[in-house]
Amino acid sequence: MGKVFRFQKDVDTDQIIASQYLLFPTIDEMKVHTFESLNSDFASQVKPGDFVVADENFGCGSSREQAPSVLKALGVKAVIAKSFARIFYRNSINIGMPVIVSKELYDAVEDGDDMELDLQAGIITANGKEYSCTKLPSKMQEILDQGGLIASLNN
Amino acid sequence: MGMTMAEKIIACAAGKESCRAGDIETVTLDRLMSNDGTTHLTIDMYNNLKNPHIADVDKLVWIIDHNIPADSPKTAASHKKMRDFARENGITFYEGEGVCHQVMMENHVRPGELIFGADSHTCAYGALGAFGTGVGCTDYLYAMVTGTSWLLVPETIRFNLTGSLKHGVYARDLILTIIGRISANGANYKAMEFAGEGLKGLSIADRISICNLCVEAGAKTALMEVDDVALDYLKEHGREPKAIYKSDDDAVFSEVFDIDLNEIEPIVAKPHFVDNVVPVKECEGIEIDEAFLGSCNNGRIEDLRVGASVIKGKHVADKVRFLVVPASREVYQQALKECLLDIFMDAGAMVMNPNCSVCWGACQGVIGEGETLISTGTRNFKGRAGHKDSFVYLASAATVTASAIKGYIVTADKI
Repeated sequence: MGKVFRFQKDVDTDQIIASQYLLFPTIDEMKVHTFESLNSDFASQVKPGDFVVADENFGCGSSREQAPSVLKALGVKAVIAKSFARIFYRNSINIGMPVIVSKELYDAVEDGDDMELDLQAGIITANGKEYSCTKLPSKMQEILDQGGLIASLNN
Repeated sequence: MGMTMAEKIIACAAGKESCRAGDIETVTLDRLMSNDGTTHLTIDMYNNLKNPHIADVDKLVWIIDHNIPADSPKTAASHKKMRDFARENGITFYEGEGVCHQVMMENHVRPGELIFGADSHTCAYGALGAFGTGVGCTDYLYAMVTGTSWLLVPETIRFNLTGSLKHGVYARDLILTIIGRISANGANYKAMEFAGEGLKGLSIADRISICNLCVEAGAKTALMEVDDVALDYLKEHGREPKAIYKSDDDAVFSEVFDIDLNEIEPIVAKPHFVDNVVPVKECEGIEIDEAFLGSCNNGRIEDLRVGASVIKGKHVADKVRFLVVPASREVYQQALKECLLDIFMDAGAMVMNPNCSVCWGACQGVIGEGETLISTGTRNFKGRAGHKDSFVYLASAATVTASAIKGYIVTADKI
């Protein structure tokens, strides 16, 4: 069980983590600034196991991998959106953070709602209802299953 | 059934005769560009590998351009890490030479190549018929270590260009119009291909400007047919094509748009989305605090010539800061030869070293709370140029320079 942090459409990676923090030495130093421009309390309020839920085209803009990395470092369990921009989507899978397409969830939940995700079954439960998620392409599921792309280099 | 340019380039990189949109292919990369936005993290990951090695060091190009010169001890440390690693490993390295994509166009990109860049605007390389695409640092590291990666072969949206841009209308106006029409995710996962008679009248600078911004419609890459204009540019810069591809007549496109260049008007993208476009006249009179002429999108010599022609003999408005940032050392030195920088300096502009400047919003010319910037940069996202509660309008070099003179948004024909 985790809480929903809900965001609108076209959230770009500058909003997830702004440019002025990208050259900080580590992701841990950056993560306290996550979503600073949209919800300045996000980094202090989000708890491991919580979820980011968004409208269309989440993660558009810059290729900065710091965007999914700060979300993962804060313990976000998954990002569920109506659709994703492609570089953010690919980066998330590469670092082992689930990104899930659901056309229904955004309109069915509010900020602060509780929800559950069964990643293996592809089922989201929120407000007493179940929602199925779109499956990852098999190539990407394989990368996610092994814990990210780098894991394959160390095998 | 024929193939698109994108399919042909990926097939070649996969060592195959053919491939189709929707296939997943393992490809060998021709070149790998990375800049100071993420390379320090790539190096940390590299050093944590069990068996770190570089597949082909000659394919790597590293460029410090985003925060150069360094603005803080933290940035300096990240730069030092990158500089030291590049030197120790013999990686081709540039620092202070210009914005990464301009440096790549001047020195490295060849038609037919498949290039990963750890920067979203890598799609600019399509101006020379190369498949450039932006990746994060994990994808970059994997390609650096193995020389390969995997790609989902994209569908292609084709734009047939006819006619020519009217006087006072620029490539920036064209691509903003297209992004406005198809929206910020209208080309998500897809290639945007430009062809037709109208392409012939567009300079390499125009073509880079168009391809560069295609990621703002979500595109995986942008591609243009290679013609004499592109071959002349390559020759001037001492390079030969890897291969020249064009889409077959019976290639399958997901959509086709016919664009008459004569119909394009001066455009601005309003805060905070690149697809939020309107004719400049609808924003005329909006007061500005800063104007920026530069970036990988519009910092080339052609753009500086346009700006200089608008501002020659005029002066920047009292309350406005006008930043002029040539996109590379080559551009800067050419502008010096043509006395363009004198014109900008006489007009009260600040001429800065080649770098990403306020387009990146982290080191130079950042704007404060409630301030408004008009920019030839790539993005107008909330907070992109500084404070989260500030405003960025995107427009052509002509509109930006005219607005710097007047202190409010206006087209150059009003000067």
